[in-house]
Order: sequence, then C-alpha cells, then structure tokens
Amino acid sequence: MTKIGIYLDYNASAPMEEAVANAVRDVALQGGNPSSVHRFGNVARRAIEDAREKVASFAAARPSEVVFTSGGTESNNLAIGGSGRETVFVSAVEHDSVLAPAADKSLRCEIIAVDTNGVVDTGALDQMLTAAKSPALVSVMFANNETGVIQPVKKIAEIAHSHGALFHCDAVQAAGRLSLDELSGADLISLSAHKLGGPMGVGALIVRHDSLKARIVGGGQERGRRAGTENGPGIAGFGVAAEIASTHEKATEINDLRDNLEARLTAIGGFIFGDGAVRIGNTSCVSMPRVAAETQVIAFDLDGIAISVGAACSSGKVGASHVLAAMGVAVDDAETAIRVSLGHQTTSAQIDQFIDSWTILRLRTGDAARSAA
Amino acid sequence: MAYNERVVDHYENPRNVGSLDKSDEGVGTGLVGAPACGDVMKLQIQVSPDGIIEDAKFKTFGCGSAIASSSLVTEWVKGKTLDEAIEIKNTHIAEHLALPPVKIHCSVLAEDAIKAAVADYRAKHVGVSGDANAEHAETVDAAE
Amino acid sequence: MVENVTGANINLPIYLDYQATTPLDPRVLEVMMPYLTDNFGNPHSRSHSFGWEAEEGVEKAREQVASLIGANPKEIVFTSGATESNNLAIKGVGEFYKDRRNHIITVVTEHKCVLDTCRHLEQEGFRITYLPVQKNGLLDLDKLREAISDETVLVSVMAVNNEIGVIQPIAEIGAICREHGAFFHTDAAQAVGKIPLDVNEMNIDLMSISGHKLYGPKGIGVLYVRRKPRVRLKAMINGGGQERGMRSGTLAPMLCVGIGEACAIAQKDMGSDNERIRSLSNRLAKGLEDTLPDIFLNGDAEQRYPGNINYSFAFVEGESLMMGIKDLAVSSGSACTSSSLEPSYVLRAIGVEEDLAHTSLRIGIGRFTTEAEIDYSVATLKAHVSKLREMSPLWEMAQEGIDIKSIEWSDH
Repeated sequence: MTKIGIYLDYNASAPMEEAVANAVRDVALQGGNPSSVHRFGNVARRAIEDAREKVASFAAARPSEVVFTSGGTESNNLAIGGSGRETVFVSAVEHDSVLAPAADKSLRCEIIAVDTNGVVDTGALDQMLTAAKSPALVSVMFANNETGVIQPVKKIAEIAHSHGALFHCDAVQAAGRLSLDELSGADLISLSAHKLGGPMGVGALIVRHDSLKARIVGGGQERGRRAGTENGPGIAGFGVAAEIASTHEKATEINDLRDNLEARLTAIGGFIFGDGAVRIGNTSCVSMPRVAAETQVIAFDLDGIAISVGAACSSGKVGASHVLAAMGVAVDDAETAIRVSLGHQTTSAQIDQFIDSWTILRLRTGDAARSAA
Repeated sequence: MAYNERVVDHYENPRNVGSLDKSDEGVGTGLVGAPACGDVMKLQIQVSPDGIIEDAKFKTFGCGSAIASSSLVTEWVKGKTLDEAIEIKNTHIAEHLALPPVKIHCSVLAEDAIKAAVADYRAKHVGVSGDANAEHAETVDAAE
Repeated sequence: MVENVTGANINLPIYLDYQATTPLDPRVLEVMMPYLTDNFGNPHSRSHSFGWEAEEGVEKAREQVASLIGANPKEIVFTSGATESNNLAIKGVGEFYKDRRNHIITVVTEHKCVLDTCRHLEQEGFRITYLPVQKNGLLDLDKLREAISDETVLVSVMAVNNEIGVIQPIAEIGAICREHGAFFHTDAAQAVGKIPLDVNEMNIDLMSISGHKLYGPKGIGVLYVRRKPRVRLKAMINGGGQERGMRSGTLAPMLCVGIGEACAIAQKDMGSDNERIRSLSNRLAKGLEDTLPDIFLNGDAEQRYPGNINYSFAFVEGESLMMGIKDLAVSSGSACTSSSLEPSYVLRAIGVEEDLAHTSLRIGIGRFTTEAEIDYSVATLKAHVSKLREMSPLWEMAQEGIDIKSIEWSDH
C-alpha cells in the first residue's frame, strides 16, 4: 500500500531520512557481532562506536556516558529502576514509561504537581526534597509529548542537586527540537532514535551517574550497564539521525507553520492547551469544543490526515489524558483534544488542508450539535 | 584485536625456532610458564667458553605476543655475555613490541626465560665460574 | 583438495562464526526494506493508516514466529533480544511467584545472561541450583530429578549450547518439570530455526528466541510465554502496556517483520538447510581428523547441532591459532567473553583440561557456508596447526614421550 496522505503525528514516530535508512541497511548487510574479535566483529564494533560519538556529541555528553538501549521506554525504566535511589519524585505529566517504573512497590514515589499550563511547580519540588528522608531521584521530562510544554530543566537540576538528589530527564520528545546543552545538569537523560528520525527499536540513556545498576544482565555489553548483543544497524541509524537532527534544533520553519496553524485554529473556535507556557515548536494539543476526539480522528483519517489522541502507546486506551487532567482540564474538555505534531516534511499546503478539514468538521458537527439540541 | 606490526612480523617469521641439545655442557635451557595459563616458553642458549651467547633457540606455546616476545629475545641475547643477557627487562620487550597491558605478562615470561636459561647454564658450571646464583636450575624447571 | 581451494572463488575472510551472529538473509532484508522508508508508522498509533499498516506487519510476524514453534500468536512477546528474553523469563517468573516458590534450577553451561540473572536472584534470597553436566555436555536427567521439588518455580535449560553445540534433552526435561509443577524455560537462541522445537510436545512454558541468530535482524527477540496453563511474570520494562503488559515500549515493525520472515524461512528451509550443514560439518570433521593428530571434539558427538563444531587442537594455543588463521572468522569462546583471557567456563564444566581449553576453537557453519569455504578452512587450519606445533615446546615433549602433566609447572 502506498500512502497518500498528510502525516501530522511526528511525535508518535518520524520518518527516516534516506541517509539514516542507508546506514541501517549498510550495517545490517555488514553483519558481525561487535563482541567478536575477528574482522567482521571489528567492523560491527566500529559502526557502533562511531554512532556512539555522534549521539554523544548530539547530547552534549561524552561517548562513555552513552548507553544504548532498545528505546525510550527502556531508557526511562533503566534510569528509574537502576538509579539506586529509593525515593523518587516525578512530575504529574511524565510519560507512562516514567510513571510506571516509579510506581514499583520497591520505590517510594511522590508526584510533583504542575500548573494549568503543565509546568512543574519548582517551589513544590524544593519542599518535597527538603522533606525527603533519603537521597532522591527527580524525574522531569524536557518537553511533554502531548502538549509540547517545556519544563524549566536547568532550574530543576539545580534544585535537585542542592538537595543531593539525582536528576533524570526524559528528553525523548525534546531531542532534535531543543538543544540538549540545556541538560548539562542532568545525571540521566533518555533518548529515543525514532522520535528524531532514526529507526525504531533503539534509544539511549546518557549516564553521568557512577553507580547505575543494570536491569538486563549477562554479557557485559555497554560497560556492564546493559547486556545483550547491540543492535548495530539501529545504532548506526541513530547516529546518523542524531547528526542530522543537531542541524534542526534551531530550525524555525516548523515553528512558524505551527504558530500559523494555531492562530488560524483559535480564530475559528479552537483551543490550545498549554499555550501559556514555552513549548517546542512542532506540537499542538488542540481542542475542538464539544466534539469528541475519537470523532475527529475518524474524520481526519477519512480525509487522509494522520493525527493522534494523546500518546501513541495509549491511543487505544479509553480514558482522558493524564497530562491534561494534571493541568486541571475538565474531563469533558480533555476528551475533545487531539495532538497535531509537525516535522521536517510538513508543508504549508498540508497545514492548509488540515485547517480545511478541521473547519468542515467543526461546521458539520456544530450543525449536528445544534440540530440535536 | 589489532596487533603491532613487529608482533605480526615475529609471529609470521619467527627467528630462531628450534632446539639445542639440552645435555650439551654449553647449552642453558629455560622452560617457563604453564600450559594451564596458556603460555609455555622454552629458551635455549649456546654459550661459548668465554661466556658469550653464540646462539639461541626458542619454542613457545602461547599467543602471538608470547611468540613474538620469545622470538625477539633470541635475537637480543645473541652476542651478549650472560650478565648482559639477564639485564634485558620485560619493559624493553614490551616497549619494542608495543604490547598492550593485557599482554605484558608475555614480556615478563620472556625475561624469566632468559634468566632461567642463564641459571641453567650456570648450574652446569658451578664452581667453574664461581657462580653461586644458580640454586634452582634444572633442565626441566618452571622458573619463577 | 588443493584444486578445489584454488579453483573455487571464495571471499576472504570466511565467516565461520554463526553462533555469534548470523548474516542477515537477503530475503529477510527485502521484507524489512519498506519499513525503512514508506512504512514508518508507530504500530501503536490507532488513529491512522500509518499505524494500522505497521500493526498489520507486526501481527503477521507474530504468527510466523508462533507457527515455527507450535505456539499461539498471543503467546509471543517481542523483546529487544534473547538476553532480555532470558532476563525477563527468569527474573519475571521468579519475582511473580516468589511468595509461593523460590527455588530455581539451571545448568552450569548456560549462557552468561541466564547465569547472571540467577546470581542476581540469589542475592535477593532465591535458592538456585546449578546442575553440572556430563563430560559430553549433556544434562544427567537423574540430577534434575534429584534437585526438583515442589519449591521449584522454574527450570531453565538451554536447547542448544552456544559454545559446543550439544542439544539438551528438552522434551524429557519438559516432562519432568510438568510432573513437578515447575515452569520450564529454555534459552533457544541457538536452536530455533535450526532444530525442530514444539512448545506443546516438549512442555516448554517459556522460550527465548533471538532474531540475529536465525538470519534475522539484531535488536529483536521473542519470549514465548505459555497461556494454558498460564505463566505469569513481573514485567521488567513498564509504561505503555504493549505486549499485554509483559513488555512495554514501541515495537519496531521493521525488526518484527524481520524476525517473522526469518522464522518463516527457517520453517520452510530447515530440512534442506540442515542436510547441507550436516554434510559440510562432516566434510570439515573428516578433513581435520584425517590429517591432524591430537584434536578433540568438545561435546557429545551425536546429540549436537552440526553447525557448531568445537575442537581442541592440543599443544597449540588458541589465540595464536586465531592470529594465524585470520582469513577464517572463528571464535575462541563465546562472543561476549572472547576478549578475556580466561578459558571458557563451558569447556571447564565438561572437564576439558585447562591446557586443552586454551587450544579450542568454535567453528560455525551456516546457511551461506560453501563447500569451497570448508575446504579452504581445512587447509588453512591444517597448515597453521602444524606450523604452531613445530614451534610448540609441548608438542616437542609429547613427541619425546614426556607427559606434560608430570612436570611441575609454575603459576604465573
């Protein structure tokens, strides 16, 4: 099946650039286990170490700090479960892959509240850390996957460190959209390749913390921090994607397209969640008042436009977004929110088409709502 | 694992492989290492009546670095007096062959092999040269 | 023989390390390619066709994997590889049932990741029995019968050993486990697609599979988890709820379709593949044994996967042999440990003396190995083993009739 359509779900997954796909294929064809000492092994090892340098440079980290994983979810689980800290403070708007491991019964977990824009209450965090009885781990994401809202990570790192806490930052959605230099104070940083134009099935945890405890053991790969034969082709693709993405951090075209989209939507009755905060430039969490998100999704799909309701992994789940709930959005309103996320292949013509579809749907359902009333 | 080109050269073209007659009065034999550790070196020296090493032969069971270390010392000891020969240090060998840290033990073994061969020769000539520094020498001895 | 070698066109170095990883089958790559370009959707996106198509690919792959091992697709959990699968099976089952049963049985020759996971559980208070193996590398079933009890929650025994290729009596082990109400996990990374395996016939409750050991992609594996009777486990990676909560994280459709196709090809070609591999294996064994004295096959001669041949070449040190035969990409131990200087714990476990353990090579034969490559390999091995023996003081002693064990060697 060839896809004719408009893809506006870059936060779920981004298509790979040709150079990335080529790197994946080339390394896959080279073969070899990077732990083998013969020539095939050496070639495989070199591909991984080259990529490690690229990812390190992208993340403003040292190569030795890069631990390759199977993706953002594993990275978050490794950070939370492997930090060695039993007291964990996580923000209310974190991804499930942070919230779930933090809720493990071996840990004491408390939730840091956010304001109506979804921004972490740093004062509350400071108080929580003051009251903590043992050294804690603080986990706050860089940018939210559903709303794009950016957290004050520099300040959070300072607060955490002033209390002897470690700071983990899930930068999966921010990577490639914001400079990771901001995270120089983070002890642990999660990255996912496929959210920044790399292949699925690979990610990294940047580890600046000496005593990370491996979760997957046996084999000694990644300096004992993550066992298992490395996914060389995926890692190579990640490296190339990271290199390309670092040139994107300052790109303003997407930001302009998104601002244009939002200006037009609000003019015709749309409501943007989190727009009182600083956000990454590609994401819009937008409500079409009184129209269920499910209805919108189906209508957009019929028009050949791919958008999503909240995060991809929970797309199939019933129930409103925990992110919007934490921001104090009423359930009825939250259920009218869709996520539109743009990428480098997005054009202004596609935005026009999206606006057209949105407008028609709003008129149609508005009529339906009126006639039903 | 990348090997230094000198190691490769000695491995591919080992110098002085072979054996001398260990019962010959002029021959000193050193056998060091252990099969269980993965390295055994046999180094033999042919010493002239005036105390100069005229010939040297080796056989080695071990990795490429062990073979190269023993091959190298057969070249180095030739023409030296016994006292000069035992001045050859493992650090010289390791440096010449650019051995990585995990292979330093190969050079240590080569140094030990020289000492063992010299000690064996001297043991055969106790009283002759007045050398008393040969109490643990035996033809088949794993010297340490 | 020599004409064969010089006459045939072979690419050097020759890949003979099929246990470390197998080359990607071009047919597998072909199926993966669309997911590198057009089909980039997230399979968990339920709101558009990009996601649905990705999901379709994933579900087809699940069926292909299930079919190869006689399982139901719902019993297939995708992971990042066999190491994760082994960790998840042992830690996951152990932790879920620890209040009821806390004894686990495994075998000393298991893969490092099984042993390390068991050691980890041991620290958490589990009782672990590490069963020895016989000199042929096979588990003595009576030892298992003695060790198993109603406290045993899990028995983990690999199907085919990665270092010496012996095939454990899986069906018999499965029957014993079932009798005692213990779950049976098998690390089948080296076995799936190579020997016939059926989870129901063999009473296997959990099985680890690796993509890149069966001509599929790296970065993906499977844990088979039985549904009837149901095996439950505590997930290691949480948040998102994919794979029915047993393993969260975005599935990589490209990797899923890759392992799926690899399984489908294995199912179709296993018979003919094995016939070829057996014949090449015999050719290699005959070529070496006819010309080189004092070489020893490690592990049982019959109960083995023929594509995994582990020989000890007495009086020759393995690393120096590797250096000489650099046109042959073989292994002197398992890939994860081969950079260390320690002799293999598997060889020690089957009673190979340390000096012989230092002289062993694993030669892996697989789907793409040719007869000309085998002939070249035999000639190369023969030349270098002979050359190194000429250089070996141990060989010289052996020829003189000196028993090297009678010598008091120093430790250094």
